[in-house]
Amino acid sequence: MNENLPLKRRVFNAAAKGCVWAAAFAALALVAFILLEVLIRGIPQISVALLTSVPSVTRKIDGILPFILNTVYVVALTILIVLPLGVGAAVYLNEYAQNKKLIRVIEFTTETLAGIPSIIYGLVGMLVFSQTMGFQTSLLSGCLTLVVMVLPTIIRTTQESLKTVPQSYREGALGLGARKWHIVRTIVLPQSLDGIVTGCILAIGRIVGESAALLFTAGSAKKLLTGVKAYTRSGATLSVALYLYAAEESNFEVAWAIAAVLLVLVLIINSLAKLTQKTLKRRDA
Amino acid sequence: MTQVLQNRAAAGAQPAGGQKPGLQQLRRFFQTAVELTMNAVFFLCGMVAVASVALITLYMIASGLPAIRTIGVVDFLLGQVWASTAADPQYGILPFILSSLAGTGGAILLGVPVGLATALFLSKMAPRRLAGPIGAAVELLAGIPSVVYGLLGMRILVPAVSRVFGLASGACLLAAILVLAIMILPSIVSVSITALNAVPPEYEEGSLALGATPTETYFKVSIPAARSGILTGVVLGIGRAVGEAMAVIMVAGNVANMPTSLFRSVTFLTTAIAKEMGYAGGLQRQALFSIALVLFVFIMIINAILNFGLKGGKEQ
Repeated sequence: MNENLPLKRRVFNAAAKGCVWAAAFAALALVAFILLEVLIRGIPQISVALLTSVPSVTRKIDGILPFILNTVYVVALTILIVLPLGVGAAVYLNEYAQNKKLIRVIEFTTETLAGIPSIIYGLVGMLVFSQTMGFQTSLLSGCLTLVVMVLPTIIRTTQESLKTVPQSYREGALGLGARKWHIVRTIVLPQSLDGIVTGCILAIGRIVGESAALLFTAGSAKKLLTGVKAYTRSGATLSVALYLYAAEESNFEVAWAIAAVLLVLVLIINSLAKLTQKTLKRRDA
Repeated sequence: MTQVLQNRAAAGAQPAGGQKPGLQQLRRFFQTAVELTMNAVFFLCGMVAVASVALITLYMIASGLPAIRTIGVVDFLLGQVWASTAADPQYGILPFILSSLAGTGGAILLGVPVGLATALFLSKMAPRRLAGPIGAAVELLAGIPSVVYGLLGMRILVPAVSRVFGLASGACLLAAILVLAIMILPSIVSVSITALNAVPPEYEEGSLALGATPTETYFKVSIPAARSGILTGVVLGIGRAVGEAMAVIMVAGNVANMPTSLFRSVTFLTTAIAKEMGYAGGLQRQALFSIALVLFVFIMIINAILNFGLKGGKEQ
């Protein structure tokens, strides 16, 4: 069929097709290059000693244990706070709210929150949590800042999943005399659990990768923090530590090691999110 | 079945046999109280986002205005020299504004064609076996932390730029543009795919029936039909590029130059804040908050375009 086309159209077809294939493969090659480059440079730097020691300038020890722990602390508290808030907001939007204008305002502000750059979250978090509320530069200030930052992620994924719960389930329960909270608690929320889990995983991914919002709120300390008291102290997460080692100390061995650790975490988080999303889709079908 | 019975009993739809009426009433009262409380709790959760945006806006304005007032709006926004630590400090942020715009523009110019082509490939042209891995790869790009992009840029891209163009240092506007182009790729691709998938198949079938080849159909029918969605992706990409701080600070060189050439070391709005906030005090610190206010205004304009301009266009 193509042979009958005029030359001009044949050239256009071939050129356009070529460009599209080239772009797609460029994207694939780029990702492969990034993965290989980070892993090849980073993995040889990772050792048990690095993963389990506290860095010390005087004794010339490199270690990333405090940063790993800080990341775990920050992820845990942030999710603990944001999960009820985000799920609650989504339930309100989908199950309770009657006023269309109010729904639109909440959805608009949620979109707005998703678009605000993390450096602005960092500044406002510093002003509100560290200074006005007096939490100082601490993991707690960092967590509270991140709560606001990842709130839209949780709200959106939960809302999407609430929408997939068939209306007939609610009507059936209503017909049996159940009240709203009872329906939400026993039918709607259990049915949308996988969407909530997906939202959590996506939020964890954002928290692990965040640096600009934490630099001025959670700070950059490299000490080992343990227990609940850790939240009152300043500490760097893995991403912040990567920035400090690369940009301020030019210690690229440790920086590449952290980059490799982060990338492995991101790979795991990504595949987990994919997995839960798949079960969500299967249920839809 | 037992569950249903329990539900009924719990909801008080049917009086459970043998219970005293007083107890029944108490129970109903208790349930109504729980319902009302939960209603309030969910309402409060819903208002957290609204309150956060209000609080952020308030704090941005309150902390950003004083320095602008002291320095003067014109001197601040259009001043060409930023010398915050000089003996006679000057606070002009035009270099930052223009660098941010140039960096974002460059990233869009590079990222949009590649992203759109990738989206077209994944949505229409890819054989099944290729669509899976390439789609997953692009999604992965979105998950990589910006500091990792920054590190790669710093250690691989910047030396490469300096080698290829024979520069003393490769940390320049071009390096920032390249890193940002990669970082905005996933948002452009995923939004464009959604838009391309939503094009009614009749449009494409009609074009094919009229004798256009599939490739011609995709370029001349599908893309124009999906343009409002694609535009949304572009605006999202602009938002990401304008707001990115950590990756840019690691590759752009961070000198407050006007972006007169691709090979000049520049400072963006975001990196101006991140670079000096750690040690700034007094008017310098206030000026950094004013920079943040300018950045915030840019982002709010982009948000407004996304929420009102583009959505309105789609409905028409």
